[in-house]
Amino acid sequence: MIPAQFEYVRPSSLDEAVTALAEAGEDAKVLAGGQSLMPLLRLRLAYPDALVDLDRIDALREIRDEGDALVIGAMATHHQVFRDPLVNEHAPLIVEATATVADPAVRHRGTFGGSMAHADPAADLPAVAVALDAVFLARSVRGERAIPAAEFFVDWMTSALEPDELLTGVRVPKLGPGWGVHYEKFRRTAQAWSIVGVACALRRDDGAVAEARIGLTNMGPVPVRASAAEDAIRGRPATAEAFREAAGAAAEGASPPTDLHGSAEYREHLARVLTARAMAAAAAV
Amino acid sequence: MTEVGAPRKRSEDDRLVTGRTRWTDNIQPQGALHVAFLRSPHAHARIEGVDVTEARRRPGVVAVLTGADFAAEQGSLPCAWPVTEDIRIPDHPPMAVEEVRYVGEPVACVVARDRYAAVDALEEIDVDYAPLPAVVDMERAVQGDGGLVHESLGTNESFTWVFENGDMDAAMRDAPVVIERRYVQQRLIPTAMEPRAVLCVPEGDDFTLYSATQIPHILRLMLAVVTEIPEHRIRVVAPDVGGGFGSKLQVYGEEVLCLLLARRLGRPVKWTESRSEGNMTTHHGRDQIQRLTLAADRDGRIRGLKVDLLADMGAYLMLVTPGIPILGAFMFNGIYKMDAYSFTCRGIFTTKTPTDAYRGAGRPEATYAIERLMDELAVELDLDPIEVRRRNWIRHEEFPYETIAGLTYDSGNYEAATDKALALFEYDKLRAEQADRRERNDPVQLGIGTSTFTEMCGLAPSRVLGSLSYGAGGWEHAAVRVLPSGKVEVVTGSSPHGQGHETAWAQIAADRLGVPFEDVKVLHGDTAVSPKGMDTYGSRSLAVGGVALYNACDKVVDKARRLAAHLLEAGEQDLEFSGGRFSVRGVSEEGRTLQEVVTAAFAAHDLPDGMEPSVDADATFDPENFSFPHGTHLCAAEVDTETGMVRLRSYVAVDDVGKVVNPLIVEGQVHGGLAQGIAQALYEEAVYDAEGNLTTTTMADYLVPSAADLPEFTTDRTETPATSNPLGVKGVGEAGTIASTPAVVNAVVDALRPFGVDDVPMPCSPERVWRTLRDARGKAAGQGSGTQPGAGGGLGSVGGAQ
Repeated sequence: MIPAQFEYVRPSSLDEAVTALAEAGEDAKVLAGGQSLMPLLRLRLAYPDALVDLDRIDALREIRDEGDALVIGAMATHHQVFRDPLVNEHAPLIVEATATVADPAVRHRGTFGGSMAHADPAADLPAVAVALDAVFLARSVRGERAIPAAEFFVDWMTSALEPDELLTGVRVPKLGPGWGVHYEKFRRTAQAWSIVGVACALRRDDGAVAEARIGLTNMGPVPVRASAAEDAIRGRPATAEAFREAAGAAAEGASPPTDLHGSAEYREHLARVLTARAMAAAAAV
Repeated sequence: MTEVGAPRKRSEDDRLVTGRTRWTDNIQPQGALHVAFLRSPHAHARIEGVDVTEARRRPGVVAVLTGADFAAEQGSLPCAWPVTEDIRIPDHPPMAVEEVRYVGEPVACVVARDRYAAVDALEEIDVDYAPLPAVVDMERAVQGDGGLVHESLGTNESFTWVFENGDMDAAMRDAPVVIERRYVQQRLIPTAMEPRAVLCVPEGDDFTLYSATQIPHILRLMLAVVTEIPEHRIRVVAPDVGGGFGSKLQVYGEEVLCLLLARRLGRPVKWTESRSEGNMTTHHGRDQIQRLTLAADRDGRIRGLKVDLLADMGAYLMLVTPGIPILGAFMFNGIYKMDAYSFTCRGIFTTKTPTDAYRGAGRPEATYAIERLMDELAVELDLDPIEVRRRNWIRHEEFPYETIAGLTYDSGNYEAATDKALALFEYDKLRAEQADRRERNDPVQLGIGTSTFTEMCGLAPSRVLGSLSYGAGGWEHAAVRVLPSGKVEVVTGSSPHGQGHETAWAQIAADRLGVPFEDVKVLHGDTAVSPKGMDTYGSRSLAVGGVALYNACDKVVDKARRLAAHLLEAGEQDLEFSGGRFSVRGVSEEGRTLQEVVTAAFAAHDLPDGMEPSVDADATFDPENFSFPHGTHLCAAEVDTETGMVRLRSYVAVDDVGKVVNPLIVEGQVHGGLAQGIAQALYEEAVYDAEGNLTTTTMADYLVPSAADLPEFTTDRTETPATSNPLGVKGVGEAGTIASTPAVVNAVVDALRPFGVDDVPMPCSPERVWRTLRDARGKAAGQGSGTQPGAGGGLGSVGGAQ
């Protein structure tokens, strides 16, 4: 298939971009790498009036240190994030998850912010953002605002961004010492989406688990925080058995889809198995 | 003989891999118009009306046509294989006129100045459909339960084809072991890398039709038959073609319609399918339900095998649709001896995309059945699966051997291939590890799968095809032209679409003619260049077309010998030909190279009396018999019993494809074949919902594995030459696909045996494995839930293209 007709705007600054987006109206789409949007256009599942292409705005590719947090520019490519020393040092969970995104060609074109704003619950990075309590930075001609991850993902493929708002970056709190991380991705072929993914950051204190943060990919219309499992493991010994027990609560509150690759029931089962594995790997048990 | 047997890198690959070549869609004639097809969103519906008024008003639109507009000239797409006398062959208009019978069937088309305008205008066409019942389930369809695909036929059954040999009653009576199974060959989408594409260029009364096809010669004839445009007015070109796997062994409606549009509009007309369009409309493969009964003695010796098949034809019979399951009839016995065999196949219509040839075509289905059954027999008798095969297979000293299915296997050595495979696989070591994991109750269990397969290829002896009611022969043609400068042009009637003919044929010609490899150019795929041919499918190119080339080269040498003798003033019988040079036996310093002889023929100043000034020759080879590659494949699979995930740990393939012209090409064919066979075992499935919608229209939902998903293959060969052709070659295009599917499923089932599992339906997806295991454990605990996983009805994250 080939896309229907649309207007194409390629601003060279952030100000131009938000102005263009405001002028383009409700049915505009932001092109931020195009690895998800282009297939939707080609399949005619999306009919935007206009595309605002952010490719020329270099400022949006920056990854900077803000003390206790990193800000990852929305247009940083997956490849760039994967290689970035700051991200590797302070947000290794993002690095692990990014390494599993699609294939090298996609990772060189696709962007961190594009994946977030697309808000596909089967994508890997949203669950990581939810697990890490990241904050989404949005801008429009009306001004700037910060949206916590827990409020950013509203529904299936729907974010909290208003039609005239642009995601400029994501603020990710740094993980201090004592944290281990793991992203457990379950998929049928190397380039397929996750059937279920588990993003886990876990802090050990002596032999016990002081704190765990767990985000689930593709377990509902939005990325899910596995709070019940987090609560269940807090203060427990970091053993395979304890992880298995706590992971029994991993699917609580999730409403996974049934599709060609897995039923809801199977996904709930996987969430439990994979959460136990992710915790064990994060704790290096 | 220095070229044949050399692992030459393929000379065509630079341009194929970079794409800087003549794919049909790359050809851009001036003023070409673009076609887009409007396709039925219903599995079954009557067309009450088509309103194209708005679409015709769109900018850039040249014409909008419906099935009614083509009705007088479009004819019916051909079925060349009426397998029985009373077969029911429904009318199959290239564009639907009154009724649609599968999702994706074309109902209208837009011709426009560019592709965008054409696709945009499709959205303005208004079709009024009256839905009819979708016929999706084959077992219900055969009962006539739930509606008829073709009302006028009065039944959903196209044909029943039966083969029987031996005394089945005696074989079954009091048999100590009887194994009954039902296996399902899921529907597959061939997924060639290059989608279909057609370009038709009119030139006066003549038409040149470019198509991404495997069969330019057959297509030309069939276009003439269907459209009544005289055959000599049609030239068909298959430029470089990016894969087919049988899906381009077809005469498609779009090819007919592009020809008719070019005639109607007097301008070049082009169509290229999208991937989603192709998934819905390029013919599908497999789709059989097999009911099998195997009777054996306590010592493992097979007494008899009964095969009862339902084969899904889809909505219509296309070029060789009914013949595909029938090819399997000769292969269910595999490499084994038995006293009795019966085969019944019913071809069933459903409101789905038509099925037809897909890599292996009938033989993978048969091989799967017998190789799965051999593992079941081994379990029943508590024998090693290799041992039970050994007790039944044809021993190497028994060749040639007439099988229970009526074929004569000319040669083979199953013992040698199996011994080699077992050694490479470290079979005993893996069995020990398996025992250890079972003992430890390891969540990851290990399974070992065996497939000792054979297949029939080198399609095909024409008289056999005739006896099976096929509409054509199975010969192949080649021509050799030695140019005045001594360079050589080889013309082949077989039409490569990725197999490497340009390299292999040049190797054969270089050896036979004693010229450098680089001096040989191979021409193919154009009916104006290669006037005769039966094209490429069924692993026939080398075993039939390569032999035609071999014979044509010998004819060239014979002609040249006469002229050389004249020039050397010697008797023909006194000449020897070696290294491209004729010399008088015993007097090697006196000689003439082939180039010198050809130059002399070109000048024609001094020829023997009555000799034509040419040494060029052609040959047409019709094989006496099929060829029978065989081999032993062993697969080790790790099955995660917690998630159901299957990971292939190691895979050993020892193949016997006879003499090898280019081991690198053979290796490539085996690797690709294994990938496709493994894909059926673990990944691929075309899924229809209850309303007859294909839900796997994108590659997000139809999972084609890549190299990242496959293990490193260990390949080796034994070499038992075919006796049916002078090259001793058998063919290798399909062997890997045929062998690997049962090897993998046998391994998965073997891993789960301790839990009481005796089958996992294909593809063995993680959820299917997990559910099978859960049900088996439930049964063992006396509370079997009996649920089998449906394929689901959802879409990948990106959504399906409906």
